[in-house]
Amino acid sequence: MSAVKNDMINVLSQQEIDAIEAEIEHLPDRKSAAIDALKIVQKYRGWVSDDSLRATAKLLEMSDEELDGIATFYSLIYRHPVGEKVVMYCDSVSCWIMGGNKVRDRLKEKLQIEPGQTTEDGKYTLLPVTCLGDCDHAPAMMVGDDLHHDLTPESLDKIFEEDA
Amino acid sequence: METPLTKNMRADKSPVALSDYMSTGGYAAVTKTIGKSSPAEVLQVVKDSNLRGRGGAGFPAGMKWSFVPMNEDDPGHKYLVANADEMEPGTFKDRLIMEQDPHQLIEGMILAAYTIQADVGYIFIRAEYHYAIRELKKAISACHDKGFLGKNILDSGYNLDIHVHVSAGRYICGEETALLNSLEGKRAHPRAKPPFPQVSGLWGRPTIVNNVESLACVSHIVNNGADWFKSLGIGEDSGTKLFGISGRVKKPGTWELPMGTPIRELVEVHAGGMQDGYKLRGFLPGGASTDFLTEAHLDLPMDYDVIMKAGSRMGTGQMIILDDKTCPVAMVENVVSFFARESCGFCTPCREGLPWVEKVLHAIEVGEGVPEDLQILERQGRFIGAVGNTHCALAPGAIEPLTSALKYFREDFEQHIRDKKCSYQ
Amino acid sequence: MPTIIVDGISYQVDANDNLLEALLGLGLDLPYFCWHPSMGSIGSCRQCAVIQYQDEDDQQGRLVMSCMTPVTEGAILSIDAEPAAEFRSAVIENLMINHPHDCPVCEEGGECHLQDMTVMAGHSMRHYKGLKTTHRNQYLGPLLNHEMNRCIACYRCVRYYQDYAGGTDLAVFGSRGRVYFGRHEDGVLQSEFAGNLVEVCPTGVFTDKPLSERYTRKWDLQSAPAVCTGCSMGCNISVAERYGELRRIHNRYNSEVNGYFLCDRGRFGGGFVNHEDRIRRCGVRNASGVYDPVSKQQMLEKVSALISAAGSKVVAIGSPRASLESNHLLGKLVGRENFYSGLSGREQSIINAIYAIQQTGGARIPTLREVEAADAVLILGEDVTNTSARLALSLRQTVRNRSKEMANQIQIPLWHDAAVRKLAQDEKSPLVLVTASEDRLEDVSCLTHRAGPDDTARIGYAIANIIDNRYSRPADLTDNEQTLAASIASILKNAEKPLIISGSGSLNLAVVEAAANVAWALKGENKDSGLIYCVPECNSLGVTMLHDGNSNNLDDLLSGSDDIDVAIVLENDLYRRAGSTAINSWLGKVKNLVVIDQLDNPTASVATLVLPAASFAETEGTLVNYEGRAQRSFAAFLPQGDIQGSWQWLLDIADQVGTQKFGSIRQFDQVTEDIAAQNAALSGVTKAAPDASYRSGAGQKIARMTHRASGRTAMVADVTMYEPQQPVDNTSALAFTMEGANLIKPGEVPSSLTPYIWSPGWNSNQAIIKFQAETGGALTDSDPGVRLIATASPVADLHTRHTTIPAITRHQGGSLQLVPGYHLFGSEELSAYSKAIAELTPRGYFAVHPDVAGQLGVADHDGLETQINGANVQLEVVVSESVARQCVVYSYGIDATGELVHEKRGTFKKAESWESSRPSNLIMSDR
Ligand SMILES: Cc1cc2nc3c(=O)[nH]c(=O)nc-3n(C[C@H](O)[C@H](O)[C@H](O)COP(=O)(O)O)c2cc1C
Ligand code: SF4
Ligand code: FES
Repeated sequence: MSAVKNDMINVLSQQEIDAIEAEIEHLPDRKSAAIDALKIVQKYRGWVSDDSLRATAKLLEMSDEELDGIATFYSLIYRHPVGEKVVMYCDSVSCWIMGGNKVRDRLKEKLQIEPGQTTEDGKYTLLPVTCLGDCDHAPAMMVGDDLHHDLTPESLDKIFEEDA
Repeated sequence: METPLTKNMRADKSPVALSDYMSTGGYAAVTKTIGKSSPAEVLQVVKDSNLRGRGGAGFPAGMKWSFVPMNEDDPGHKYLVANADEMEPGTFKDRLIMEQDPHQLIEGMILAAYTIQADVGYIFIRAEYHYAIRELKKAISACHDKGFLGKNILDSGYNLDIHVHVSAGRYICGEETALLNSLEGKRAHPRAKPPFPQVSGLWGRPTIVNNVESLACVSHIVNNGADWFKSLGIGEDSGTKLFGISGRVKKPGTWELPMGTPIRELVEVHAGGMQDGYKLRGFLPGGASTDFLTEAHLDLPMDYDVIMKAGSRMGTGQMIILDDKTCPVAMVENVVSFFARESCGFCTPCREGLPWVEKVLHAIEVGEGVPEDLQILERQGRFIGAVGNTHCALAPGAIEPLTSALKYFREDFEQHIRDKKCSYQ
Repeated sequence: MPTIIVDGISYQVDANDNLLEALLGLGLDLPYFCWHPSMGSIGSCRQCAVIQYQDEDDQQGRLVMSCMTPVTEGAILSIDAEPAAEFRSAVIENLMINHPHDCPVCEEGGECHLQDMTVMAGHSMRHYKGLKTTHRNQYLGPLLNHEMNRCIACYRCVRYYQDYAGGTDLAVFGSRGRVYFGRHEDGVLQSEFAGNLVEVCPTGVFTDKPLSERYTRKWDLQSAPAVCTGCSMGCNISVAERYGELRRIHNRYNSEVNGYFLCDRGRFGGGFVNHEDRIRRCGVRNASGVYDPVSKQQMLEKVSALISAAGSKVVAIGSPRASLESNHLLGKLVGRENFYSGLSGREQSIINAIYAIQQTGGARIPTLREVEAADAVLILGEDVTNTSARLALSLRQTVRNRSKEMANQIQIPLWHDAAVRKLAQDEKSPLVLVTASEDRLEDVSCLTHRAGPDDTARIGYAIANIIDNRYSRPADLTDNEQTLAASIASILKNAEKPLIISGSGSLNLAVVEAAANVAWALKGENKDSGLIYCVPECNSLGVTMLHDGNSNNLDDLLSGSDDIDVAIVLENDLYRRAGSTAINSWLGKVKNLVVIDQLDNPTASVATLVLPAASFAETEGTLVNYEGRAQRSFAAFLPQGDIQGSWQWLLDIADQVGTQKFGSIRQFDQVTEDIAAQNAALSGVTKAAPDASYRSGAGQKIARMTHRASGRTAMVADVTMYEPQQPVDNTSALAFTMEGANLIKPGEVPSSLTPYIWSPGWNSNQAIIKFQAETGGALTDSDPGVRLIATASPVADLHTRHTTIPAITRHQGGSLQLVPGYHLFGSEELSAYSKAIAELTPRGYFAVHPDVAGQLGVADHDGLETQINGANVQLEVVVSESVARQCVVYSYGIDATGELVHEKRGTFKKAESWESSRPSNLIMSDR
């Protein structure tokens, strides 16, 4: 194997490698840990860059193509940089009925970005998300790991104030 | 009225800890079964109870389990998977169990795994359910401490580990075979059946996938017997069910009610009726991938076969209400665009067909539709609609709201095209 | 055989088929995309839908995907039923919403499966009004174009590339309507079999890049059935020409040999035919070393004068890359005693041994199809992927037999591809590799052992001895060798159809002999053992079988002391086969060197007279592949200038000389007949293909041009308004016209000679279905070629045959074992001239284990040098863990390595003045 590829593993931190190895432990083969590994890398870095993808592929003994094929399938693996927090507004039907579009528009206005973009200060990335299972409190959204519901354009302001 | 699934849940929604769970009879089923009854005996009770899958398809759980080869001399793994992906729009029930009474799921899983002699269990859970993930992990570790999980459970010689697998997104992962591919760390394309997972599932080994709610029923069935479970239902089907309603009702929510509860009772009593100023025009009875029903169906009981006969599906039993101030065309557009986005991209009708439908619906909604568009929608409906036309059930489900809307709300479509605008705004 | 009813008619079909292959096998038309006869079904495109009825009373039926539905007794089906037809038409309409309307500029146009299926499924009016999805295309290397917009997401490419061919650098990305098939980033596709994507992709996403430089539509190509000259596998190819240039090579189906697939050397290696160094005129070397062109007649007179001069001593050197016919005539011209096979002594002794072993009947020689049925494989000292690539592709299927067994156990039909793969996960039938350096099959092997050739032979001997102790045992086996041999022996003994593969690749006789012992010992245990030897060139075995295996070899000639008046060299660059010192000193004794060859190679450039020889694309010839299968190759076009087939040159020379030796032989067929008459071993060779008198059922020759050739009159319209007369072919059963037997009419059996695949409604190569007796089976007209080595009943006492066991390889006084390392791209002489292949050829190297590098004091990018037979060879060092210790692996056939092929050992030291020119990240397996 070439030296270049070996160096790639150094892209990953020891913590990341240990965490990935721990996942591999209870799986029948290394490749099966692909999604777990991508999520671990993402946990530490916010997103999965080409370099970290290649390093992870090397660690899992699979090709860059095989791993990238998996990475690009899943909506919660980010192959582009995202902000410190991802704002995920539910755009599914119950929230939509309950005024989800207004929430989305208010978010766009507040953050000054379109869905898929990141605020200039790098704080937030705005993304639509599949039904958050909070339909009795629609509309709902998540800011980072926190769920917010019964949203109104006004209640949004408060959430972002508190988050600031 | 008994509510076994929710009886322990608290008003403040705080999770039921292991000790509290045990103090109300929790793990009694495990204690009396593991190593004491044979897997075949547990299987029989579950079969007799006629527990039907709560994940959407309503397949009898006992029958599913009975397809697992019980080959004494096959040393390989078998797997039990709890499907906690819950991404069907309008569905918010499994979350309740996992966040507020997670041990019900774990206990059900131990019993189910024992029945098929699985030695590894996975809970496949969507990543957004942070609280549930935390509670489940706590519950699992508490069970290890108590000896309900791990090696040699309760000195029976039976081993079982349960892992929580946090998904990386995408609705298709909820489809059981796509879920298995995802658990294997692959792209979540569904698999063709046969072979069924019961025979060749996770890593090619026998595997059972059940919905969280289905599994949560198991300990109660084992504790109280098949007849008790059957008697809970007031219609044709057994048990209670977590029914829910979202949309413009006064009190949207999820409630545990007998199978066969009339729809009208759900809407008018439990959900408190429509919000003031809104009238009910229709509803999707079991999540976004079921056909519309209308006022005319309000007196039907929520039973699998009844709803099926009415032209829809019970699905997850979680209803989405269409009111008279919401545009049915726009609602269908929202639903179809959701499914087009969530298509795995494997088979043609879904990958190519749904985006086309989405574009046509959008054109109609913004007043750019032409009369021919209705024919396109109907043709595409036939193309995508029937089970068997596509590789998995995503696409047929995706198109059900559209085909039924064309039946019940055709005038709305025509009006959009005629007036070149949506009159709901 | 179950009976099924399709639209009211009963048919008998194979119970193991799925409905789609059964229906296609019946000759019925049903569109499909994702299914492939050798890759099975996955049910993604949904194009193959039919209606299945439960019973006679069922009027409604149920839509099923025929490719995912097993054949069942009494099944009632309809292809024509309205709902099925409507559904299929909707599938294609939906597939077409994003497909560009670029057929006029698309290189798939006219032979596009998507076009065919669009017509077949009955979609003609577009209703979709939206924009089309667009993608960015990737650079995939010099062999393939990538045009993602044309993708219909049938998943065939990734299934072929990853699942079938074992490649890892092509995948599907994204999801939903945005799936993307390509690489993680731009770059050269790494699989040796990537070129098959051209034929696997049902539309124009992956197309042939060398063809696109000088593009011609299928219908304007003039083609002939030919045999690949890239290695000894003998893959059947279809060679296509336009304007006197070879434009492309496609797979030509032969169920026993290459099936549906070629390797990239075969597909892209023909570029040498168009090379600027092609010898096109007769040349006479003048005093300043330049060649003066002379006319053909002048050349014939000169050659004849030289040969006829009283008392002149004339010798001839034949060639393992020239046809039987050319070699035979050369021998006839100068007499057997003056004919030298053209193989080096080292090579010839190994191939003689191989041929002798094959004749014992001690083990079967499996065809490539039979290879796929083996249940355990041992490879001794042969880098199959790089010497005989198509065999490696078969072996990648062989290892799947374990998964098929598992599937059978739980009744998963074998065509249910995804299910079989899921079930088996990584379970594979055993494949054991004992080779000197990194091997591309390691990913599918259960056990890989690294050893130099002598040690490889020792392990082979030890295995045979463990299986049957009457076979010789290496005296001083180490514990390691003993354990290894025991575990390999037990793997082989557990199999029913073990397959042993070896060959001349390691240039080591003992390896070859040891391999035979293993196969024979297994046969003695009642195993149905197979034994395959890879030999170096397309006709190595043929030229060996000529003169019934008694030809002299090149070394016999070079080591002689006689002065020679005329030496005729046939299609052979001697500098690849012997050290330059030896050749040059021999040339000092040769007054006139006559070279008949295609390219201006080092030998041709020192010749007195040069005669331009036709390439495989321009003339006919018979080649004998690794299994002793004689196959005839035909000219796709007549060469320009003075070029003609070597056999024709030799006939003309004989004519000019006026020798009586040739009797009445004037025609190609007569040469073949003469070979059969003169060589017992080759007596069957006339059956390799029909002779020139063959006519199809309708009394016609086989047309090389397509029935739709549009440009015969337009081709030269810038020069003349007259349509030039087409040449007449008196040599073969083919004609240089568009009139002839090639348009397949229902009920007509298409000839196996048909140079291209085309059938009504089926313009793409998928039309092959119409040429097969059953889907994926033999051609209706039977597969071409004839096997010459009969599987005789085994000769007794085989265990006494091979007993010469080499000693353990040690680092002897600074000398290291020299081991050839092969490259699909670059190691073979002619294909290396192909532009696309040259781009992928690595630079010459000496590869060593880190330990050896340490001893020699060298690192990557340094140079190593060795003195061999008076020559100093310097090459760059590649340090790799995967090279056996005590060995130096050199890039066979690349740069100055011709100097090395003679030697078993060499003494190396650091080349002090070496300047690296290698890109820093090149690894040995990089191409
Ligand atoms: C597209 C699609 C998405 C699905 N999503 C879920 C899901 O999120 N949760 C679930 O339990 N079942 C889901 N299902 C149903 C599962 O495939 C499967 O039938 C179910 O998990 C079996 O459990 P049960 O028999 O207990 O209902 C989905 C099915 C389809 C076709
Ligand atoms: S219907 Fe087809 S493309 Fe859609 S999710 Fe299922 S398999 Fe994938
Ligand atoms: S060929 Fe049958 S689904 Fe593609």
